Amino acid sequence: MNIRLKIWRQEHEGDAGKMVDYSLNDISSDMSFLEMLDTLNEQLIQKNERTIEFDHDCREGICGQCGVMINGRPHGPLTNTTTCQLHMRTFKDNELIVIEPFRATAFPVKCDLKVDRSAFDRIIQAGGFISVNTGQAPEANDIPIGSPVAESAFDAAACIGCGACVAVCKNASAALFTSAKISHLVLLPQGKIEAAARVKNMVEQMDNEGFGHCSNTEACEVACPQAISVLHIARMNYEYNKLQVLKK
Amino acid sequence: MLDARIPDGPLAEKWSNFKSHARLVNPANRKKLTVIVVGTGLAGSALAASMAEMGYHVKCFCFQDTPRRAHSVAAQGGVNACKNYKNDGDSVYRMFYDTIKGGDFRSREANVYRLAECSASLIDQAVAQGVPFAREYGGYLNNRSFGGVQVSRTFYARGQTGQQLLLGAYQALMRQVGLGNVELHARHEMMDLVLTDGVARGIIVRNMDTGKLERYGGHAVVLATGGFGKIYFLSTLAMGANGSAIWRAYKRGAYMANPSWTQIHPTCLPQSGEYQSKLTLMSESLRNDGRIWVPKKQDDQRSPNNIPEEERDYYLERKYPAFGNLSPRDIASRAAKERIDEGYGVGPLRNAVYLDFTRAIQNQGEAAIRKKYGNLFTMYQKITNVNAYKEPMKISPAAHFSMGGLWVDYELMTTIPGLFAIGEANFADHGANRLGANSLLQACVDGYFIAPYTLANYLAADIKTGPIDTEDVAFAKAQVGVEEFMSKLLAIKGNQSADQFHRLLGKILYDKCGLLRSKEGLMAAITEIRQLKAEFWKNLHVPGGEAMNSELEKAGRVADFLELAELMCNDALYRNESCGAHFRVEYQTPDGEALRNDKDFAFVSAWEYKGEDNGPELHKEELNFDVVTPTVRSYK
Repeated sequence: MNIRLKIWRQEHEGDAGKMVDYSLNDISSDMSFLEMLDTLNEQLIQKNERTIEFDHDCREGICGQCGVMINGRPHGPLTNTTTCQLHMRTFKDNELIVIEPFRATAFPVKCDLKVDRSAFDRIIQAGGFISVNTGQAPEANDIPIGSPVAESAFDAAACIGCGACVAVCKNASAALFTSAKISHLVLLPQGKIEAAARVKNMVEQMDNEGFGHCSNTEACEVACPQAISVLHIARMNYEYNKLQVLKK
Repeated sequence: MLDARIPDGPLAEKWSNFKSHARLVNPANRKKLTVIVVGTGLAGSALAASMAEMGYHVKCFCFQDTPRRAHSVAAQGGVNACKNYKNDGDSVYRMFYDTIKGGDFRSREANVYRLAECSASLIDQAVAQGVPFAREYGGYLNNRSFGGVQVSRTFYARGQTGQQLLLGAYQALMRQVGLGNVELHARHEMMDLVLTDGVARGIIVRNMDTGKLERYGGHAVVLATGGFGKIYFLSTLAMGANGSAIWRAYKRGAYMANPSWTQIHPTCLPQSGEYQSKLTLMSESLRNDGRIWVPKKQDDQRSPNNIPEEERDYYLERKYPAFGNLSPRDIASRAAKERIDEGYGVGPLRNAVYLDFTRAIQNQGEAAIRKKYGNLFTMYQKITNVNAYKEPMKISPAAHFSMGGLWVDYELMTTIPGLFAIGEANFADHGANRLGANSLLQACVDGYFIAPYTLANYLAADIKTGPIDTEDVAFAKAQVGVEEFMSKLLAIKGNQSADQFHRLLGKILYDKCGLLRSKEGLMAAITEIRQLKAEFWKNLHVPGGEAMNSELEKAGRVADFLELAELMCNDALYRNESCGAHFRVEYQTPDGEALRNDKDFAFVSAWEYKGEDNGPELHKEELNFDVVTPTVRSYK
């Protein structure tokens, strides 16, 4: 198949950046989207041009490092699929594909399609953990947890931290990312103890990083590779409001 | 002979003895000591967090944009621990024995026993951190079985066990970063190790966003940089996985042990085209319910669902009735290669075998299979466009795990004082073949429960040293060396990309230093690798400059892989026996199984770098079996 591409090129953070046209001919439809970018980069190397910088690592949908806007959607046209798991068979022959970085104030562009998502790390640093030191743990089966509870916690814990939820949100809100961690930990008996401080600190950090507020469009759930439910945002709001009401 | 410094006493008491007598560092002195941890996978994150919790100052580095992306994240199936929750006869000794046997009697008894001994605590720690392991309806932890063992000791979190364990360690690490106890440097790649007076005292790293080189000093340096299976180019590893940190340490004097022992994983997606960048792993846990087969007729073109039962060869069940589809990885991979090479392979390139869930779906229902493996079936469909509930998966072997790595003693210290290697970066616990679900275990146990004790034992002598001066001439010289290396790569201006060289290298290794090895093949491989290396330094092309440049990063890693590949072939050539993943075609039993030679080869090969123009020097660590008796490994 043949494809036409418009790709965002930006040398460094301060650079204005622009869209640049490329095209690729005779590629296999079984190729993954990132292998298509590899192929384009091979051609750029032959022409002694700077290659397109994009984030990727595991290429099996779990590390969360890849992620670009493809035709205006984070990770492209398929729902609940990372960029690396997208294949060219999803596109039509001669289709124009527009590729841009994730856009958000809190995710500054570093180069081409690479953005700085370290704000997510700082949100976790603010409280996305259970305070247990190595060596303090009791016998594992001393904390029985019903299978449905463990499974619900897992649904939230499955977040890969890619940032698609932020990129798709018109307010660039990190509510889904933050609430997924809050929900994962508050559902478990081990995590309940610190629930109040956790939600307060993580929500504050989210605001300080420049993420916007949630406006309940629920686009994040659709874009999320792990299909993390927006109900976690409701749980975060409940935990946060409970804190305000109780004035603890 | 190398001395592994194994503590005295009976096997079951060695670790307790060590802990009881190891030196300690007073809490007030710990903040004066800095530990450098390179790599933030399970081993690195666990260690960095644990050391910081105790009060040491930690500097932590990873090449990914956040520690949570380290490739431990991709481990699917599970983590072993001998909790005996299933009441099926598990114990520390049995787990130790399974692991020693699984490794084909080429690992250290004391290390393996300690691994089994610490396994139970790891599950406790992970649960306390909030890792959502699978539970039974009563609320207690569930287990499943894995290849090479007959008990159920594998704890799992759907098909994302590595992700959940890593997030546990990552969150512990983030907590310490937030508290100011860990200095985190993401997007920094280690370029060299700095020694002063023969002791590891720091590293030179490259800031991958700016291209600037930076110096960091510490009282000990720990490499937790994972395996180098990516040397085969097509592998189950992440694109950025590399061998550079341990290779630079090797060139500074750390010995490299058993570098040729690479696990080729039996259940990966087959290659479908020349453009392909990786071979995705499908968890071994699938072999609990999936049955592996090929058609009995060569080059059978029929769709799998049209091949009747009696025309299918369930070759693992046929050849290894006791373990069947749960035979260990080396055996399952070789059996697949044997069938494929004989012309029974399936798929467009005839390079795969079937993994069939028909019977499991009939017996347990689709919902039960979906609950256990749903994410794997979804992933399979995304990549191949095939619904594995309706049609068997096609799988084939792919390079996966490095049993080899930096040689370490019982305390996980390399031959360079102050330089430690933990997790997959060392060679220690898996012998010639790693059992499934033991890799997450080893990484965690090294990071949470072993290195914190052995590092303290080492650091206790360092409390009066004071801060490490990175203006020292040793740091300056190392930095100049790295600058020259990078400039050289940029200056070649040839006409081939780093990936092109990497693909060619991978093909040489798959053909000649992969599942099957021979003297002629390995000697030819060495010649080909040298030619490829010469061609690389003549014809490489790296566009762009010294600032952010993925091509420059790749080029540096491939340059190291080209050197490491030759050492792998030398290692495989020296070992005139077959054991585990190392199968020399000259040494096999009449029915095609590995033929070990305990009389001449019951040792660890540890290679010492002797300079660019000289070959490496071999040192041996004798393996003593005081408790188990090496037997012919049989899974029949």
